[in-house]
Amino acid sequence: MRNKLSWFAVPYVVWMALFVVIPILIMVVYAFTTQAFEGTLDNFAQMGLYTTVFVRSFRLAFLATLICLLIGYPVSYWMANEGPAFQRVAMALIMLPMWMNFLLRTYSWMSILENNGLLNQLFRAIGLLDLLGVDHIQMIRTSGAVVLGMVYNYLPFMILPIYSVIVKLDHSLLEAARDLGADSAGVFRKVILPLSLPGVLSGVTMVFVPSVSTFAISRLLGGGAQLMLGDLVEQQFLGGAYNPHLGAAVSLVMMVVVVVCMVIMNRFGEGEEQAVML
Amino acid sequence: MSKELIRLANCTMAFDDEVVLDNINLYINDKEFLTLLGPSGCGKTTTLRIIGGFQTPTSGDVYFDGVRINAVPPYKRAINTVFQKYALFPHLNIFENIAFGLRIPKTDPLGRKVKLSEEEIHQRVMEMLEVVNLRGFERRRITQLSGGQQQRVAIARALVNRPKVLLLDEPLGALDLKLRKDMQNELKRIQKAMEITFVYVTHDQEEALAMSDTVVVMDGGKIQQIGTPEDIYNEPKNAFVADFIGESNIIDGIMRADGVVEIFNRRFVCLDGGFDKDEAVDVVIRPEDVDIVPEDQGQLKGTVTSVTFKGMQYDIIVDFYGFKWLIQTTDLSPVGSRIGIKIDPDGIHVMKKSRYSGMFGDYSSYSEEYEEISGAGYEEDSGNAE
Ligand SMILES: Nc1ncnc2c1ncn2[C@@H]1O[C@H](COP(=O)(O)OP(=O)(O)O)[C@@H](O)[C@H]1O
Ligand SMILES: [Mg+2]
Repeated sequence: MRNKLSWFAVPYVVWMALFVVIPILIMVVYAFTTQAFEGTLDNFAQMGLYTTVFVRSFRLAFLATLICLLIGYPVSYWMANEGPAFQRVAMALIMLPMWMNFLLRTYSWMSILENNGLLNQLFRAIGLLDLLGVDHIQMIRTSGAVVLGMVYNYLPFMILPIYSVIVKLDHSLLEAARDLGADSAGVFRKVILPLSLPGVLSGVTMVFVPSVSTFAISRLLGGGAQLMLGDLVEQQFLGGAYNPHLGAAVSLVMMVVVVVCMVIMNRFGEGEEQAVML
Repeated sequence: MSKELIRLANCTMAFDDEVVLDNINLYINDKEFLTLLGPSGCGKTTTLRIIGGFQTPTSGDVYFDGVRINAVPPYKRAINTVFQKYALFPHLNIFENIAFGLRIPKTDPLGRKVKLSEEEIHQRVMEMLEVVNLRGFERRRITQLSGGQQQRVAIARALVNRPKVLLLDEPLGALDLKLRKDMQNELKRIQKAMEITFVYVTHDQEEALAMSDTVVVMDGGKIQQIGTPEDIYNEPKNAFVADFIGESNIIDGIMRADGVVEIFNRRFVCLDGGFDKDEAVDVVIRPEDVDIVPEDQGQLKGTVTSVTFKGMQYDIIVDFYGFKWLIQTTDLSPVGSRIGIKIDPDGIHVMKKSRYSGMFGDYSSYSEEYEEISGAGYEEDSGNAE
């Protein structure tokens, strides 16, 4: 009974095969072959050249995820504790930018951060630039700008899962903790935090994965100076360095690293729970 | 036994403009088992939450051991609660649920934080597991326990802190009848053994009578009567209490003199007095206090309209001049037969008229009411806002 697939599952299975399994298989095949489709490991060997890109990608994605978490958790917590009307408005305000085109949002940041952009004009107007004795403050084409772009774009993905876990927390558990002698800090540490961990984990996943593979943000705000894995892959498929086999290999390695990270993190999450238990 | 521990003085609670508790005055003695009894929505949980510190009364004062504690937060009160739906921590196992309160550093009289040693925590948790019969369950998860077991974990989690007072909000509500009876005895035993004041909330009158030293009957945010179970049953203060506690026939009467009450134009001797001459009153007659006699010897005469066999006795409905009584008897009187009844003076109880007069006591719709009584599951109360 259990191992028999219901007929209703068939469309789903077909869908998975067509759009998930087969593409991954194609990617694997590409990654392990030459342009002439002969087996090789050269693609992986070549990747050594791009170590800095790997390191940068993971470092910036990690940083963006951390910042999203540090902003997202308090915001979620605060939102969840306000009245329902406030929650609806706050939710709308958080979702609103997401309905605007991604490129448009990122272009807007470009015009804000440019050497002659809005911010620098503001700094000039208030005399800050003269005070510092510089023509402009370099913001665009820095890793900071890339991280900012990631945080701005992906913050809602951190807030939403954490918020929805916290808002659903059984209020009587918090009262029980207070009843048993915990003050506000104790209630947070011993009940709210461990129970909101699943939300944190999915938030972290939902921010980290798109961050590590982004290419538009790094190209527009990093201005080519901050090449990331996404850019590298894009170049192999569209750019001058056309080599889909190398691109596939990079994607594969990236995927493996991400999956490993996620597995470790989930383990850590469970471990945390156990640690509290013991 | 008689030292006063908690006092609610003129406590009123309003949410927005809705008055939920109306001028509650109540004191609770040390080591007492006190039950708040009343129908769903009458304000029992709210009263309990005021004692626990989860709600501050809109007006009025709460005293603990003579000290006003209106503004003292729950975690600083020597009071623990067994919540209506247990509220066990899903991320902790049984052991850690019970140890939760013990792991929180306490401030000693000198203002220093004191932590219990791991050994002491272990010992006290194990002791509690013994008390609630859950030895061997300490590593289980909450979800692996039955309702009754979760209930006992909730009790252990509260009692392990050795509170002066334990508040229990319909703790047996989710359990089936057999388990409920066992747990009633269990709770009573624990309360006696640990010498702790229990404030117990229920809407089950049988449970209240069986367990309590003192019963507080509430309705509509007001206390209707406070007394021992015997007092409440034998001397109900008004028609509401008489109807809510046990079965009762509540009849309009007129007090003709001290010890003489008139119902259905006949005078009966009773033990009550202190009413005005010819004052209109409610008269309560319990179904078991009525003796059936041959028609010609009866003080009142009526026709049997329904008979239900209840094992120990028959419940029969008798029509007296259009007003239907419930009578419990061991002798069968078939439907349609004419009978007479006699009531001893101590079987007649006279009450002042109240806003509840005329609302209860006629058994015309007995079968419906009977359904309601036997089906008085706890479910009806579970949907109410906490
Ligand atoms: N936080 C609250 N806000 C508004 N109304 C409430 C609140 N808590 C309780 N009430 C209302 O107070 C009344 C009494 O509730 P409660 O004390 O829970 O009754 P009981 O426990 O006797 O069933 C109910 O009408 C309930 O709807
Ligand atoms: Mg209640």
